Amino acid sequence: MNIAVEIDALPREALPAASEAGPASKRIVVAYGFWIFILSDIVMFAALFAAYAVLARATANGPGGAQLFSQVSVAIETACLLASSYTCGLMSLAIRSQRRVGIYVAAGITFALGAVFLGLEVREFADMIGRGATPQSSAFLSAFFTLVGCHGLHVTVGLGWLAVMMAQVAIKGIRPAVERRLLCFALFWHALDIIWICLFTFVYLMGVRS
Amino acid sequence: MTEMEGRWLLEAQYGRAPGDQPSVAEEGKSSGVLVYTIGLLLAVILTATSFWVANTSLIWAPGIALGLAVLAIAQMGVHLVFFLHIGTGPDSSNNVLAVAFGVLIVFLVVAGTLWIMADLNGSMMPANTMMNMHMQH
Repeated sequence: MNIAVEIDALPREALPAASEAGPASKRIVVAYGFWIFILSDIVMFAALFAAYAVLARATANGPGGAQLFSQVSVAIETACLLASSYTCGLMSLAIRSQRRVGIYVAAGITFALGAVFLGLEVREFADMIGRGATPQSSAFLSAFFTLVGCHGLHVTVGLGWLAVMMAQVAIKGIRPAVERRLLCFALFWHALDIIWICLFTFVYLMGVRS
Repeated sequence: MTEMEGRWLLEAQYGRAPGDQPSVAEEGKSSGVLVYTIGLLLAVILTATSFWVANTSLIWAPGIALGLAVLAIAQMGVHLVFFLHIGTGPDSSNNVLAVAFGVLIVFLVVAGTLWIMADLNGSMMPANTMMNMHMQH
């Protein structure tokens, strides 16, 4: 039976009004609740961004952003995260059409790109600390490591989550509960990329300028 | 069309989960990939422009920060629309309202902090004056 034809056959007026249609489906409720969590997470990042903006010039005669940041490294990190956001979108499409191989391939690429991003960030941090720019050496560096490190921590959690989800797809199959969790993961991963846009613009590119 | 797509279509009459794409089932599978690809292309163009703006000497220097901010906001819009599918349809009005509230709080936190801290810095005694006062005692 083709369900789309059935729906098209129904005149829109025949459907009950939204207020009379009963509670929303679990899928919508779960995703909406997770959406609210993501927005609250973004509010937390806003507080960290505000702290960074206030402390960005408090370098205590130590190195500033112009001496520490490498634009090449930031550009590669940005490309990795953007590409992984795209493959995460492709994974959502594969889930929708129940293509298991598509899910594994897209999730694998997403994971690999996320891991490359994380590796570059760790290398950048290690390089900065090696040059004496430790978090405790100035207020600017404390704020920088808190803000960028918090984003990196989110990416780490996201990678762990993706690995767990792939195990669930392999063991439990693509059933509604697993599919809802994958929807939440996609929301989380796209939101991390949105936060990274703010990071590379306001921290790195503006930091290199001044 | 799979059974699952049919279920989504039925639910979509009353609401849409954030991140769900509308009308993919109606327009065929290729349109879903197309939306993500358009989003990716726009995001790449905006990102490349950001990096160019930060490094060029063609633009009036004080305007660069403003240009970067505008590009970042545009790219966040692209991500919201093409990756998270936060659209203008009546079925996603709840999601849009939540985003609007989030943006309001983010604005209050960031602008409020910058305003208060700038005001505090303005009220502080300049460092050299304070040093002189200490010297006099």
